Amino acid sequence: MTEYKSGSNLEKVLKAGHFAFTGECGPPRGANVELVRKKAQHLKGCVDAVNITDNQTAVVRMSSWAASLILKEEGLDPNFQMVCRDRNRLAMQSDILGVSAHGIKNMLCLSGDHQRFGDHPEAKNVYDIDSIQLISMVKKMRDEGRFLNNEEIDTPPRLFIGAASNPFAEPVEFRVYRLAKKIAAGADFIQTQCIYNMERFREFMKRVVDMGLHEKCYILAGITPLKSVGMARYMATQVPGMDVPQELIKRLRGAGKGKVAEEGIKIAVEQIQELKEMEGVAGVHLMAIEWEHRVPEIAERAGMLPRPEV
Amino acid sequence: MIVAEAKPIKEILEMIDGLNRILVVGCKGCVTVCNVGGAKEVAILASAIRIAGKRHHKEIEVGEMTLERQCDPEYIEELKDVIGDYEGIISIACGVGPQFISERYPEVKVFPGVNTRFIGGAVEHGIWAERCAGCGQCVIHYFGGMCPIARCSKSLMNGPCGGSNKGKCEISPEVDCIWDKIVRKMMAQGRLDELLEIKPPKSWLTARDGGPRKMVREELVK
Repeated sequence: MTEYKSGSNLEKVLKAGHFAFTGECGPPRGANVELVRKKAQHLKGCVDAVNITDNQTAVVRMSSWAASLILKEEGLDPNFQMVCRDRNRLAMQSDILGVSAHGIKNMLCLSGDHQRFGDHPEAKNVYDIDSIQLISMVKKMRDEGRFLNNEEIDTPPRLFIGAASNPFAEPVEFRVYRLAKKIAAGADFIQTQCIYNMERFREFMKRVVDMGLHEKCYILAGITPLKSVGMARYMATQVPGMDVPQELIKRLRGAGKGKVAEEGIKIAVEQIQELKEMEGVAGVHLMAIEWEHRVPEIAERAGMLPRPEV
Repeated sequence: MIVAEAKPIKEILEMIDGLNRILVVGCKGCVTVCNVGGAKEVAILASAIRIAGKRHHKEIEVGEMTLERQCDPEYIEELKDVIGDYEGIISIACGVGPQFISERYPEVKVFPGVNTRFIGGAVEHGIWAERCAGCGQCVIHYFGGMCPIARCSKSLMNGPCGGSNKGKCEISPEVDCIWDKIVRKMMAQGRLDELLEIKPPKSWLTARDGGPRKMVREELVK
């Protein structure tokens, strides 16, 4: 029997050799529990784990650990996200212990968008440690049972450690090395930034495979269905490190009035089907931003259902 | 050097509102070099205050003085004989100056005439940029001679983050991504292997995070 690092559903699915399918849920800008439950219901049975974002785009929302707990109550496997922007090493370690104590078993370690983007640009930024140091810290807590200061932990946290990778951000030639650094730091799985340029992603994955990184870590390819031409243009021009090819925007525009969203879903489905066959790709991470209710349909059409019981 | 910029005159006038005898004190150090707090700027600020006073039919007496340095008690001492003539002192040195003056002369009101911005230098005539965060433990040799603590918006030790865009930082197209420069330089120098080493969390004990800082050099203490 495989010894699990955390025994999360996601870890079990991946270790059993299934092609993983994860989703995402952005917590509300308020204490609206019902909204979280509603989003959870759309995702239930369609995905192996659900990422809970941590004040994404530096906008205040319900805390990621709190929303993760609600998702857990709903029977989902949360992937608790933590960014380095808002917490120092004390707060991080205590939240890591806290989520593990409540049975959350996946954690995604991120740098986080700078607060100047968000709704509190006057805030002090923390960045006590960076995302790679965070990965090492969680691994040390889990595997060595020690805090960052080397002191012993009474009952270490059990978490399946995730990290992000952006194959398209610059300097492009360094991206695969940064991925290697995250894996060396202790990442068990990687979820990539949204992929629109499949050709460039194929090249990236070829380098990943050549370096044998896919054997050390599960790599989940990020997909965000485009809801509109405006969204595609926004992604292309306003979001750093995003590569949206012109042909894709043209294809969406060509779909005609009222049919763009359907075309966006079609593109996402095609991408997932292609990723399923791509060497080194262990799964897909579907970030259907404020579109959770369309996830069942996308999962169905992409041949991702039913999800394995492990 | 320490780079500062003048406070808006409106803000300075509000600070000294109601006072009739003001001494403007400049500094011949960093703030003279960055054209904000030297003798020339003392004269400009003094006359601006006088003119503003006249506009309100008030004769404000404004004295002018520029010290060798305001970060050295020896020169602060030079204010001793004149300071009693004034109701308020405006220091246009960096943040050290007005504090050294108020420590030495506890009875006078001291006002800052500039905003101290950062430790940096002039990258072009009229353009200054930050280079050092004063973290107390210099690490630039690991990063191709560039400081990610001061120059990366997230102070990443293992960058670049996913927000690096065409050599610019995600926070603004006006801000260079220092990690882009670090990576390119290290790769050009054939030092990629050094960048692949995971840099451990930094100790911020020597930075401001460890509390207000003080340095004692025993051999110099009399």
